[in-house]
Amino acid sequence: MDSMALLLASTLSAGTVLAIASLGLLINEKSGIVNLGAEGMMLCAAIAGFATVIHTGNTWLGFAAGMAAGACLAAIFGVLVIWLGTNQYATGLALTLFGAGFSAFAGIRYVQEKLPEQTLYPIPVLADLQFIGPALFRQHPMVYIAMALTAGLVWFLYRTRAGLVLRSVGESPESAHALGYPVRRIRLAAVVAGGALCGLAGAYVSLVYTPLWVEGMIAGKGWIALALTTFATWRPARVLLGAYLFGGVTMLQFHLQGLGVNVPTQLLSMLPYLATIVVLVLISRNPLWIRVNMPTSIGKPFHPGA
Amino acid sequence: MKLEMRPQPSSFWAYASPVLALLVTVAIGIGLFMALGKDPVKGLQVFFWEPIKSPYALGELLVKATPLLIIALGLAVCFRSNVWNIGAEGQFVIGALAAGGVALLADKTTGPWIVPAILAAGVGGGMAWAGITALLRDRFNANEILVSLMLVYVADLILNFMVFGPWKDPAGYNFPQTRTFDAVTQIPRLMPGSRVTIGIVLALAGVGALWLYLYRTYAGFAQEVSGVAPAASRYAGFSSRRALWVALLVSGGAAGLAGALEVAGPIGQLTPYVPAGYGFAAIIVAFVGRLHPVGVVFSAILMSMFYIGGELAQSRLGLPKSITGVFQGLLLFNLLACDTLIAYRFRLFESKPLSPSSQGAR
Repeated sequence: MDSMALLLASTLSAGTVLAIASLGLLINEKSGIVNLGAEGMMLCAAIAGFATVIHTGNTWLGFAAGMAAGACLAAIFGVLVIWLGTNQYATGLALTLFGAGFSAFAGIRYVQEKLPEQTLYPIPVLADLQFIGPALFRQHPMVYIAMALTAGLVWFLYRTRAGLVLRSVGESPESAHALGYPVRRIRLAAVVAGGALCGLAGAYVSLVYTPLWVEGMIAGKGWIALALTTFATWRPARVLLGAYLFGGVTMLQFHLQGLGVNVPTQLLSMLPYLATIVVLVLISRNPLWIRVNMPTSIGKPFHPGA
Repeated sequence: MKLEMRPQPSSFWAYASPVLALLVTVAIGIGLFMALGKDPVKGLQVFFWEPIKSPYALGELLVKATPLLIIALGLAVCFRSNVWNIGAEGQFVIGALAAGGVALLADKTTGPWIVPAILAAGVGGGMAWAGITALLRDRFNANEILVSLMLVYVADLILNFMVFGPWKDPAGYNFPQTRTFDAVTQIPRLMPGSRVTIGIVLALAGVGALWLYLYRTYAGFAQEVSGVAPAASRYAGFSSRRALWVALLVSGGAAGLAGALEVAGPIGQLTPYVPAGYGFAAIIVAFVGRLHPVGVVFSAILMSMFYIGGELAQSRLGLPKSITGVFQGLLLFNLLACDTLIAYRFRLFESKPLSPSSQGAR
């Protein structure tokens, strides 16, 4: 029973990383831009957040630094892609390769460092409930923030005028441009917002999820978050559910090891990556389903007046 | 300042843009060295002079350039066909694993036929691994970027599993590595005193083969049209499925070959450190080389300089080796930005049309 509660709790934590990053990428993609640089932004944000907490001791400043790092990198990506019209895939890849290199370079001094003890934030009353308490209500606040973010994004995208404009830019930048909306600035805003959320997720990894710095510690979570937007057919609520599902798969390996299941660790560690492939295959099998939900202009450049 | 589309793409900037990108990267590098309190002249020296100053150094430069060149040649075919295989690193690892498996079969009595067998196993391994991506893309429309990338992590874990488990050297003091391969499996070296193997000859043959394929064969033409203009390609009756499979199998096979040359060449055994990031760096090599067979030769050498320079920067200047990755990423960034100059030009002032009629003509 206790291990079950622990599994649930760690699933929520692991899912939070993917959820925050993937929601950010969802905003990106709703505007018609794919940012393959998620992994690189998360890595840079992870070290930025970690270094900030080491120097200041303030976790919230660390999160802010992570968001700033993600937003800055995303802004560079955005200007290149949106104004200079560079290929989105190639530029995103450049961002990931640069981020991997830069974070390793900047982080070398912090490899042995340890963070100050994390304070837990149990929710009063609820946290004392049996089973449910330890499973759900003794989490880092970021776990609840991710849930609130999902709800906020649903409201923003489908209940506000700004959300409608964002979606229309992603569906048909030409029409949005003809209506007088500043398509490129809206896209840049979406890309920067996406980068900030990826940064937040990256900082969560190095500050809460595994509170230390190791080169390449994001270990593909940025890529899984990218796959999640497709898996969720670009719906925020499904992103959250998908993120918890993948969080569960990630955590399952550790709990199976704990239970003494006799499978080599390396094979268990493959689970999240294999699950991503399986899920992609299942979702992509029906091209119509993808096409109905996918923002129409995704991945395509837009030149106003051309 | 305004960005204005050129009437036609500039052929000057097509060649000049990689050079400009390199210059910008060097300029940022100088700034970085100064910010870190290192002598920028020494910094430039370890990256651009040390790797070419002696015959031995030149040999080491070629040792690192060989895998980069081979993988990038395959990726050039792939990217030209608009297939985004970014999992060459995984195909490299599986190629190395397959080649290592064959090399472990060798003993004192094995003949020199084992070398071609090792290379064939490498190519086969890389092809099979890329084939998974092709199959899932072809059959289920699964995004090849994400699948090929996920398979990199899986490949790394398979390698780890083998060297920590079934293939671990029983006499290796419990280190996670296979036994050292028999001498007969060593890829023949070109000359004594240098680690350069016949791999560089294969790579250069690949340059010629790719040039012929792209510019002198019908199949190469069809392959490229499928990437540049899918609609035209369909209209002409070229099979896009075929293009997908060719792109992935060629790039996978090339990456696998590079893996085989690496483990049976400079490394000589399987360890968890076989994946050295060549598969990712080769993406940059391919783009910086303009996806052109001759262009990638230059960019592979340049990227090899970055690798060697990074190692020297660590030992001579006390900088972390990962500075290589910073420069590699910067170079690709700068290249993409500079490439804007091929199709566009910057105007300081808005260009005014001369007369209403010329505006109408636009």
